[in-house]
Amino acid sequence: MRHDGRGLRLAVLAVVILGFVAPIFLGLWETVRAAVGVLPAIGARSPSLDPWRQLLALPGFATSVRLTLVTGFASTALALVLATGFSAAVQGRIGPHGGARMLAPFLAAPQAAMAIGLAFLISPSGWFARLLSPWATGWDRPPDLATVNDGWGAALILGLLIKEVPFLLLVILSALGQLPVRQHLAVGRALGYARGIIWIKVIMPQVYPLIRLPLFIVLAFALSVVDVAIILGPSNPPTLAVAVTRWYSAADVGLILPASAGALLQAAIVVAGILIWWCGERIAVRIGRWWVRRGERGRSAEPGLWALSALVMALMVLGALALAGLVVWSLAWRWTFPDALPESWSAGAWLAPSGGWGRALANTLVLGLATTAVSLSLAIAWLDAEDRARSARARWATALIYLPLLVPQIGFLYGLNVVFLRAGFSGGLVAVAWAQMLFVFPYVMIALSNPWKALDPRLTNTAAALGASPLRQLLAVKVPILTGPLLTAGAIGVSVSVAQYLPTLFMGAGRVATLTTEAVTLSSGSDRRVVGVYAVLLSALPFIAYAAAIVLPAIIHRGRRGLADDFR
Amino acid sequence: MSLDLIQVSITPPRGSRPLFRELSLSVPAGDVVTIMGPSGVGKSTLLDMLGGHLPHGFKASGRVSLNDRDVTRLPAEARQIGILFQDPLMFPHLSVGDNLAFGLARHVRGGSARRGAVEAALEQAGLAGLYERDPATLSGGQRTRAALMRAMLAEPLALLLDEPFSKLDTELRAEIRLFVFGHIRARGIPVLMVTHDESDAAVAGGAIVTL
Repeated sequence: MRHDGRGLRLAVLAVVILGFVAPIFLGLWETVRAAVGVLPAIGARSPSLDPWRQLLALPGFATSVRLTLVTGFASTALALVLATGFSAAVQGRIGPHGGARMLAPFLAAPQAAMAIGLAFLISPSGWFARLLSPWATGWDRPPDLATVNDGWGAALILGLLIKEVPFLLLVILSALGQLPVRQHLAVGRALGYARGIIWIKVIMPQVYPLIRLPLFIVLAFALSVVDVAIILGPSNPPTLAVAVTRWYSAADVGLILPASAGALLQAAIVVAGILIWWCGERIAVRIGRWWVRRGERGRSAEPGLWALSALVMALMVLGALALAGLVVWSLAWRWTFPDALPESWSAGAWLAPSGGWGRALANTLVLGLATTAVSLSLAIAWLDAEDRARSARARWATALIYLPLLVPQIGFLYGLNVVFLRAGFSGGLVAVAWAQMLFVFPYVMIALSNPWKALDPRLTNTAAALGASPLRQLLAVKVPILTGPLLTAGAIGVSVSVAQYLPTLFMGAGRVATLTTEAVTLSSGSDRRVVGVYAVLLSALPFIAYAAAIVLPAIIHRGRRGLADDFR
Repeated sequence: MSLDLIQVSITPPRGSRPLFRELSLSVPAGDVVTIMGPSGVGKSTLLDMLGGHLPHGFKASGRVSLNDRDVTRLPAEARQIGILFQDPLMFPHLSVGDNLAFGLARHVRGGSARRGAVEAALEQAGLAGLYERDPATLSGGQRTRAALMRAMLAEPLALLLDEPFSKLDTELRAEIRLFVFGHIRARGIPVLMVTHDESDAAVAGGAIVTL
């Protein structure tokens, strides 16, 4: 029997290519066809550029594009500045592990739940207005101000920052762990430079290459986000991604063609956005070099750093209040305007699962567990096949894993739905699970790869020398030792699945309701108590998954101190 | 003109005892005083304290004064105390010349004057024509010389050496040591060196303090 795992490798590769890569390209292909006027399902058969003309003529089109660019770039640039300032201020006081613990709640909470909580806080009838009224503001009824869904996209930018800053912080802190920051700071200060200036001239230029890919992911996310933009963003006209989603779901099927053109434009905007950012980098490098040569020591930049970290702390407080607000709203009964807390409480919304959340919760759980189980199995098979072949991962294989995260969802999801419709299984749980898996698998794979590679190969070599087959090495040595990382990857898988909006919306054809789709739909104007229940459940699931990933290994491995470090 | 340590003592984070006995010491201008002692006794920590680089959590007492100015409470960047570490710590994102330009004192103004000062320093260090080179492509000895020039261009009033030759091989070590000490003496500033190597101390020629 051959032990180089070639059969396993080919099988895994086939599943990944047929299951993940092919659907993306087929979906893109169908989107391209629809964008040039070919969608036989609605009787459009002759190629033309009409969809593009229609797209340009749609009301609010230009504004949508502008809003997309402004909110995407502004939030990404602000998030980078804030995260940099904060990590500069806390450097040496918080290590990567402490940072990860502090940031975990913000990373775990699904963006839609966070956005709904934020809307509850800052809307004219929200918590802040209530806390300040009537004594400070004189309002005895909600003021007529657009603090949410404002035409500038400010609320949207704020909502994006709450998710992006913790993510970038995590990435920056782990990059700083790989650099001799303390020594470089010492060298710089011994040469007479203030800390803040050293941070800009010496540390960040070294950090930047390490955080570039995550930064591009943030930019792509900010330029193409749908759920947060529906909840917090301008509503008429909305950002391009939301507009395209609306056109796709409109009653008038004729809008599908310009919507597909819009989806391609959206994809192009993401690509162009990354290129623009890249050009910005080149310019920044030139300016930076000129500035370094001038040798300016700067005054103390500490006040600036502390101001930036105060802003980051404010963002985190805002995030925590947003999550707390969700719980309060879900339990409120009578709550008239200027009161800071409800007059009476009720678990009514919670006690009526048949009102909708029971079914949505069941669907969400089934999807989360199924997609995570399949993704984890596949990831284990992939990694074990690499072990058996004793080979490192090829670059193209890494590209395959990242592909679904880099191609904007909206660019291929509707096209994929067309493919699924033709194959006759759209609108069911299987179709939704498949589409979600395109995004669950990459994250599970990314989360599992490093701990897996870090496993001391001598342990499996020892097992092999004792006569254990590759399968037994996997099941009796690797999996038990890697329980912690496996559960962490599983928790990440569950939280990615739970948070998916577009794949569920498009593939479910409106028939598969999950917590996310329901919460986003209900967020505009419905009963806040009901929305609160959905949003609380939505944020609870990832928390439970992460908590399990921390607690279970501690129980399973109790009394095994050698495994204590593997919990992370 | 001297670097003076007055009753200096350092306690590590969560530690109850100071790292070493209270230390008082005067380093005259132009002298290289050597500090020796077993690993872990806190030699590098002492240099950190003098330069203002103590990590968060360390507690220091005593005073440091440089040319009769009390620098104990000053931030590192205001002390004008240069430092050379075991590793040359060239900034990897800047060219060799830009590393030196980073160090060059601010009072040298104008692009061409600054460029000229850096080129001159490179030439003194036997690195002429290497302005645009990636520091990663330099040899160990070249990097140490470049790091010394970077420190000197900032015109420090005192210099700390934290085992600066320990990563060089024996032959190179003697050569670089002569180069470094030659430059330092020409400046006539007080220098405090930490080392494990007796021959470093012998060549330095100043007093030897054992922690």
